[in-house]
Amino acid sequence: MTRIVLDPTGERHAATRARARRPANLAGTTIGLLDISKARGDVFLDRLEELLVAEGAAVLRFRKPTFTKPAPVDLRHEIASKCEVVIEALAD
Amino acid sequence: MELPIDDGFIAVVKRDCPTCGLVAPVLGAIAEHHSVIVYSQDDPTFPEQITPIDDRDLDVSFALDIDTVPTLIRIEAGAETRRLEGWFRPHWQAVTGIETLGDDLPELRPGCGSRTNDPEVVDARTVAAIAGHLASRTIEFGAHEDDHEAMFERGWTDGLPVVAPTPARVARMLAGTTRDPNDVVVLAPPDLVECSVEKIAINAVMAGCKPEYLPVVIAAVEAACTDAFNAHGILCTTWFSGPMIVVNGPMSRSIGMNSGVNVFGQGNRANATIGRALQLVIRNVGGGRPGEIDRAAFGWPGKYTFCFAEREHDSPWDPLHVTRGFAPDQNTVTLFAAGGLHPVVDQLSRDASQLANSFARCLRTVGHPKNVFIWDAFLAVGPEHARVFREAGWSKDRLRDELAARLQIDGREVIRGADDIAEGMPEGFAEHTLPKFRDGGLQIVHCGGEAGLFSAIIAGWASGAVGSEIVTKEIRP
Repeated sequence: MTRIVLDPTGERHAATRARARRPANLAGTTIGLLDISKARGDVFLDRLEELLVAEGAAVLRFRKPTFTKPAPVDLRHEIASKCEVVIEALAD
Repeated sequence: MELPIDDGFIAVVKRDCPTCGLVAPVLGAIAEHHSVIVYSQDDPTFPEQITPIDDRDLDVSFALDIDTVPTLIRIEAGAETRRLEGWFRPHWQAVTGIETLGDDLPELRPGCGSRTNDPEVVDARTVAAIAGHLASRTIEFGAHEDDHEAMFERGWTDGLPVVAPTPARVARMLAGTTRDPNDVVVLAPPDLVECSVEKIAINAVMAGCKPEYLPVVIAAVEAACTDAFNAHGILCTTWFSGPMIVVNGPMSRSIGMNSGVNVFGQGNRANATIGRALQLVIRNVGGGRPGEIDRAAFGWPGKYTFCFAEREHDSPWDPLHVTRGFAPDQNTVTLFAAGGLHPVVDQLSRDASQLANSFARCLRTVGHPKNVFIWDAFLAVGPEHARVFREAGWSKDRLRDELAARLQIDGREVIRGADDIAEGMPEGFAEHTLPKFRDGGLQIVHCGGEAGLFSAIIAGWASGAVGSEIVTKEIRP
């Protein structure tokens, strides 16, 4: 009977991080809208932008080069440095 | 090792060797003239003529790299100057300077294999040398746990039973490569975890691999985790896709891979377990599990394992790896984001052009008949179909060009709404004639059983920089 085995996993431990502070309202905040480059994601984000601007938010648009890969580090950094809130659209 | 004497002889013997029994009195005779140290590999009371040193643990035999017993080593000024194996009287007389040594013995008797060459001894040494130095966490199952259930419950399996990765099994697996267990091979997606040779070996054990498959598995992991192949995207997509591994070169035959009858089916250990090992690495090391980050709407059975060898020996064409720039005697893996298998039948065409017409009609449907250069594909041509092209003198390039010519599509047929089908390409495509596949997007391999006028299409996933490129890597020992 086998009793001792070696762990086949990456042996990762999840890091715990505090959530970013939530804005009380959207007026005056800068919101990033990230299009992941899937078909018709822009339709959804165009409508969101209209609604958010009506609420008094500033909107910046971003786009991943391809929906099949994680967003490049530079893009993530740009969003984090320019925006207080980000909304990512997954749509088909 | 530090030699036990500065001047004299070292002999290594075992009782189980008739030649050692023959030379036992000779060793006593040498001891009357020289310092003699005798190591016994199996019985510390042998030989009786001289007090031996117990080397049943074989530490000295391994240190002296003993291949045959008896071995007689001449030591002068603290260094080995001569080594004799077996019994050959003139040499023993010359090296000892004793002219009458063994005069009553036959002139020549070959020795026996050293115990250091016994397979079980080699295995135990390998395990001992490697198993104690592994970096992975050890997990001890509880006394009342069933091993198989314990591994299922920990989420380590693909749904089928796995082999328990004991330290001894992993050590034996690691003997299949020259690479250091601690070498980091890739960052395994989706969690981008450092994946060492050892972690690959553990998952290869679980998949059921033999040690000689390990270099193939390592190369497949290397290829899968390139940005070009994009294992992350292949895993996460809602599409069907999983990695397909094509193995080329002499190694595919030496490890017994199947390229013939039932090539994509069950029953061959190397095919089955190499593909499975790659998937277990992605699952266990990378953290990619179905229903979590693997969002496939359907998946397909090839996601358990999909690995095969090209049928090179009677192919009418250069094999895939040669087409992709490698030498015929190199061993390679080629990875493709396979989204399923589409059988192709044509039992009547005996003319290359007619058969190409059949292939083109079927290839048109990859993904959707109204999609162009979105999807890549592999065309696996069976031996009976390949014979038609051989007899017609069609090279692989010729077949590819003929197919490309048949797959030039009028844009008006593929735009959205055409044929009362909403799916299709944007309106602007109507002005153009469009190729079904992008450049390099259709690859051809030769495989399958001798009988059956069939071929197969393996459909891909989002092609190129948008999704996945076909990646070929050399298999290194």
